[in-house]
Amino acid sequence: MTITPIAKSARVAKRSHRTLSSPWATAGAIILAAIWTVPTLGLFVSSFRPAADITTSGWWTFFAHPAVTAQNYVQTWNFVSSGITVSQTLLNSLTITLPAALFPIMLALLIAYAIAWMDFRGRHVLFVAIFALQIVPLQMLLVPLLKLYTGGVTLFGVQVFPGFAANSLGSGFAQVWITHTMSALPLATFMLHNALASIPGEVMEAAQIDGAGHGQIFLRLALPLAVPTIASYAIFQFLWVWNDLLVATIFTSGQNAPITKILADLSGVKGQDWYLLTAGTFLAVIIPLLVFFALQRFFVRGLLAGATKG
Amino acid sequence: MQAFFSWLSGLPQLAQIPIVILAFLLVVGLIILLIDVAPRPGKAYTWLRLALAVGVPVGVLALLGLERGAAPVFLLGALLGGGLFLLDARSAKGHGRLIQLALFVSPALLLLLVGLVWPTVRTIVSAFLDKTGTTFVGLDNFVWIFKSGGSGGLTSLVNTIIWVLIAPIAATAIGLVYALWVDRSRGEKILKLLIFMPMAISLVGASIIFKFLYDYRQGNQIGLLNQVMVSLGLTPVNWLQSYPLNMFLLIIILVWAQAGFAMVILSAAIKGIPTELPEAAQIDGATAAKQFFYITIPTIRPTIVVVWITISITSLKVYDIIAVTTAGFNNTSVLGYEMVRQFSLFPPQSGHSAALAVLIFVLVIPFIAYNARSLGRQA
Repeated sequence: MTITPIAKSARVAKRSHRTLSSPWATAGAIILAAIWTVPTLGLFVSSFRPAADITTSGWWTFFAHPAVTAQNYVQTWNFVSSGITVSQTLLNSLTITLPAALFPIMLALLIAYAIAWMDFRGRHVLFVAIFALQIVPLQMLLVPLLKLYTGGVTLFGVQVFPGFAANSLGSGFAQVWITHTMSALPLATFMLHNALASIPGEVMEAAQIDGAGHGQIFLRLALPLAVPTIASYAIFQFLWVWNDLLVATIFTSGQNAPITKILADLSGVKGQDWYLLTAGTFLAVIIPLLVFFALQRFFVRGLLAGATKG
Repeated sequence: MQAFFSWLSGLPQLAQIPIVILAFLLVVGLIILLIDVAPRPGKAYTWLRLALAVGVPVGVLALLGLERGAAPVFLLGALLGGGLFLLDARSAKGHGRLIQLALFVSPALLLLLVGLVWPTVRTIVSAFLDKTGTTFVGLDNFVWIFKSGGSGGLTSLVNTIIWVLIAPIAATAIGLVYALWVDRSRGEKILKLLIFMPMAISLVGASIIFKFLYDYRQGNQIGLLNQVMVSLGLTPVNWLQSYPLNMFLLIIILVWAQAGFAMVILSAAIKGIPTELPEAAQIDGATAAKQFFYITIPTIRPTIVVVWITISITSLKVYDIIAVTTAGFNNTSVLGYEMVRQFSLFPPQSGHSAALAVLIFVLVIPFIAYNARSLGRQA
């Protein structure tokens, strides 16, 4: 087998990297990584210990006297809080998260395409204004939105929007979906605009000369070319919505609650029932961790492209 | 629309997901189809454009649930649509272009106006009204924040300032040091992953993990921190009830969750430093410490600032950590939490709540302004 120049240079790079690596840096990194991992490890180990053991002896004694049980998970899975089981709240989380990750992406793509590729007056102002809306903290939106959903909108004495059914059960997940979609739009528009604007102008012109309209270009050209950014943003939004507590606290109740809300409730009411909290926490983080590990590359790329939501 | 959502809410969750997604994609598909056919030449398409311009606003109003009796509003919608059609027909740049533009822009724009701009204005107004939302009270709500010792306003403001002073610097510094270390150690990928993993865990999960770590009880300790105290021959401490220590312990949770973010961004910046720089410094005999302070830090300074600002903004809005661990007791409340708590009191203190939200907003502005300025400078 011949060594290609690229492989050779990669090997040289690897060798030079090795000379740079220092044992002190490695030791420091390992120690810090250990400190960072121990808290999670403690909870994880505890979740498999018998309920009585968790509250009577430290989890570190497990390694001397191992006793493993899946009972905590079974009990947590079927535990009823505010009328629903923990397993149902997991389904609720999924039901909230998938649509709430998709909606803002599609709507932001539409407006981002117009800003990037349709020449109209005020498009720069529009873009800057949308970018600037990222400034608004979620806390500013909650109360007015809650009033809007429940009380509707009345303009000059005419009821334009009667609001959703009085209890949030009647409208299902609508309030959470809509709130997440709206609050995600500024960041989504910003990121997707950057992706769409970086498509070479010649490509777009060629498509226009071939007679394609904006609808066709959007669907056949812009959308496929933006897929990497869409993927990055989608993962980010998925994790953000799945892990959200604030929106869930305000806009869900009882039957609609996601797992984060139930966990927060249990932490308050059942703060000493560690068999519930340990297993519940891991049930809540399994899906985001799977998404994270499987799609890490996209996630890091999204972070580097500015996908941070404070 | 209400009928649709209320029908949907009766279905099992797993059926709701595909149905709502399908319905949404149908609407978006229809928008794209209309965008595509709007500019076509021919009389039939002119009629189609007119029908679109008038029909879409009227249809949307009907979907929102406007009463049939409210004819003037429907008429207004139709007139606005008709106006758009006329403007479009006279446009020098060709028929259909304005209608296309409206179709592209209006769904997101309407949601931004209704969901972000209007609530922001509304909250600012509420901050100057009393709890019933009807009487103007001037700056009373803000005065309350600074005067209310025991009831949470001032405590939460002071605590938030402490959060913002400590958490971002700690997380950025740890992220930077770790990024430097992993850059020169083996097994970089796995080591990075371990620090990075908390980003995927919710703050709710992180808070429970640390609540367990901080656990305090008589007899055998099950919290690691108190076990360490016992092993050192000290008495265990009820961490989350001792102010101001509890604040710092809660701040650690955010640092734990955010250091990975800082590390990833700073690591990418460090790898972007041209290799000639450190090499030249090495030949000149610079020590590792000198290289760090004279080359690494100045080169990646803009990135450090961006990371620090981003975590500062996150610290300003903290809610989850307080809600899960202490519920604001023992002087641990922060603005983001107190705002929700004031609103959930009975009767809701909507004026206080709004004033606290406005305060977060005002405190966020300088950070974002700085970020935007440095973004502008780079461009």
